[in-house]
Amino acid sequence: MLILSRPPWGAIYHIARKIACKSVKLRCAELTLRRPLMLASQAALRTSVLVMAAAFPHHAAQQKTAHDARRNRPAEAGLTQAGNAVAESQNIVAETAERIFADLADAQTINRDSKAGWKAPLWQALSEAGLPLSWVAEDFGGSGASLAEGFGVLSAAGRFGIAVPLAETMLAGWLLSQAGISSPEGEMTVAPASPKDRIALNPDGSLSGRARGVPFAGDAGHFAVLAHNAGGVSIALVEAAACRIEAGLNLAGDASDSVTFNNARPVALKPAPKGFDQTALMLMGAVARSLQIAGALESMLDISVRYSNERVAFEKKISKFQAVQHNLARLAGETAAAMAAASSAADSIAHANGFDDAVFLEATAAKIRCAEAAEKGAAIAHQVHGAIGYTLEHILHRYTMRALAWRDDFGNESYWAVELGKRIAARGADELWPLVASR
Amino acid sequence: MTAALRFDPIRLPPECETLRREVRDFLAEEIAAGSFDPHSPHGSDSDVPGFSRRVGERGWIGMTWPKKYGGHERSFLERYVVTEEMRVANAPTRRFFVADRQSGPVLLKYAPEHIKMDILPRICRGEVCFSIGMSEPNSGSDLFAAKTKATKTEGGYLINGTKIWTSSAQVANYMLAIFRTSPPTKENRRHGLTQFLVDMKTPGIKVNPIAQLTGKSEFNEVVFQDAFVPDDHLLGEIDGAWKQATSELAYERSGPERFLETYYVLTELVRALGEQPDNRGAEGIGRLVAQLHTMRRMSVSVAGMLHAGKEPVVEASIVKDIGTIWEQQLPQRVRDLAAFVEPDASNHEILDTVLPYAMKVAPKLTIQGGTTEVLRGIIARGLGLR
Repeated sequence: MLILSRPPWGAIYHIARKIACKSVKLRCAELTLRRPLMLASQAALRTSVLVMAAAFPHHAAQQKTAHDARRNRPAEAGLTQAGNAVAESQNIVAETAERIFADLADAQTINRDSKAGWKAPLWQALSEAGLPLSWVAEDFGGSGASLAEGFGVLSAAGRFGIAVPLAETMLAGWLLSQAGISSPEGEMTVAPASPKDRIALNPDGSLSGRARGVPFAGDAGHFAVLAHNAGGVSIALVEAAACRIEAGLNLAGDASDSVTFNNARPVALKPAPKGFDQTALMLMGAVARSLQIAGALESMLDISVRYSNERVAFEKKISKFQAVQHNLARLAGETAAAMAAASSAADSIAHANGFDDAVFLEATAAKIRCAEAAEKGAAIAHQVHGAIGYTLEHILHRYTMRALAWRDDFGNESYWAVELGKRIAARGADELWPLVASR
Repeated sequence: MTAALRFDPIRLPPECETLRREVRDFLAEEIAAGSFDPHSPHGSDSDVPGFSRRVGERGWIGMTWPKKYGGHERSFLERYVVTEEMRVANAPTRRFFVADRQSGPVLLKYAPEHIKMDILPRICRGEVCFSIGMSEPNSGSDLFAAKTKATKTEGGYLINGTKIWTSSAQVANYMLAIFRTSPPTKENRRHGLTQFLVDMKTPGIKVNPIAQLTGKSEFNEVVFQDAFVPDDHLLGEIDGAWKQATSELAYERSGPERFLETYYVLTELVRALGEQPDNRGAEGIGRLVAQLHTMRRMSVSVAGMLHAGKEPVVEASIVKDIGTIWEQQLPQRVRDLAAFVEPDASNHEILDTVLPYAMKVAPKLTIQGGTTEVLRGIIARGLGLR
């Protein structure tokens, strides 16, 4: 994560929003070009701050919190200041996302907002920046960012505990693109979102079946659906109105719904490319969730360290107790493991031609290890915070409950461990090390 | 938001894969020739005749060192590949590994030129074995409580005191040790220790092997009685060993040997459960492989940072903390799952032999080379807690 002085960056972003560029990449190029200009021109800066304030009335209030959040980074702690998963220091798309999150998805503000008034402005800003369709080529209505750039957005979304269907719309756009189907505007999600659920493609071109635990189905205008018939795998774009949705909630209170397709007519339907199947979709979803979990763990570590340095008990800061230090060191270890596993899996997909055994190992290992880290990490983060961290008022649950909930999407760790174990066993004992060493 | 920890997805470059094939071929030849048994991690590995020399001939000791000292100026990542392939094959590396990993780099940095020219090429040829003299009877993790004294005398120092838990001292040609040259100061309790190179043939040094619970005697008590160490064997700054001891730790703590020590029980478990394990066996294997893969990716990431000239001290400590706990627990998890192995599994006997051995090795893994508690203290300091 690059740390940039706020005024120019905020200003550049908001001015850039006014510029009608087609793609994120183009927009980013614009940002890069404008940066020296902006730094040189104080007048332009001031104007843009005004533009920004008008567009986002409550921005000024949030700016302070975001600024405080940055000021309080454990960079002060003496560790090297560095980027993060998927080489974000080079990832201007992720930086764009990060700035929008900092401006419009500040955890404190969201946590106090019982009416979810933050959601619409956040989604609008993300959409205007082209982020939900990061993985959709410009020709198909998207902004044509690379897989690696999009993965960086997901890490950032995890760090902010983002609860709008950003990851889901990105995945849906990616799935539709596999079959060359254009993406519509607005929120989307994918079905199925669990490896055991199956949607059938009927002879008349309609879809039948039930998908459980579909994240944000109730918020989505469209679903990207992977369906099966005797001929193989197809990908479909379906309007939400064509399906029956039963609302549900995950651990974090985010929508996790059941979607029933009862001879639902797709808006578009095309065969999946050769070799693409439901496992590929599940692995991609699993890696997305792994990055989000790793990001949430980074925030848990961050706020737990900060809290331990503020809270006084037995007449000293609790960070001075060795038992607390060792718990936080373990949390750092789990966070590190999650970051390493998730960023490695993302990197492997970004550079692979298909979903082979190597990608299977990377993606399943990421989901398994990140889920294990979420379990251990969330427990430690809560332990460090004591009772205050158990309140609705405190922001900790925004990260802990979400990290725990994300474990369940696109195959949980038990499911993937069985699948990975079977594949390792089928390859044979002497092929295990060569596979691990090939990564 | 924190972005303080860094674990980038570093991949080993293509030249590493060529090298990996060479190492595997070499090890297969050694095994075929009966040089060592890969299924026998309990076999004595200090005295395999010629193995160290043959590894040296291949250019796999001192790989990263300058050619003028017998090194090969290859990358740190290439060394990583050699280390992990040797470890996974249970190759008998003990005789050269400490010199290759720790002692050689210290000499490169602090020894006078004539000593470097003398000793480093011999390390590279696999001819000399090093031990590390840190712990003392009342100074283990608390390194800076060391009392063994180096007293100035004409032309050098006289050493008096006792080192303990010194691995390989019974076969080592040299020891790199820290001795007390001054008392600690009020301001800095770490002050007053100096690093020395000790020739183990020096009169006045007595090595008493200590039996370990495995039945082997790989560590020792080393008693110094007026043992003379010449002036030019003093390494670095007098009284300033504390500045030197810490910078090498990232190398020592993040390598593949920090999570592969008991790897062989996982291979044997996979073999024993067969090609179609039930769900319980499959889940067990899957989780262990996911954890192993993650450990290795973390370790390679740190290797990449070291390769790039960074000092990822906290990241390296995390790798050793998580890695050693993993390799310590691995035999226990394998034991859980082995309860369901069919009686006619082809490798029942091997599993029955290596598993108990791995369980006996397990307790030391989180103690040697920096205890879990010390590592967590370092991580906590990196987090800004102390």
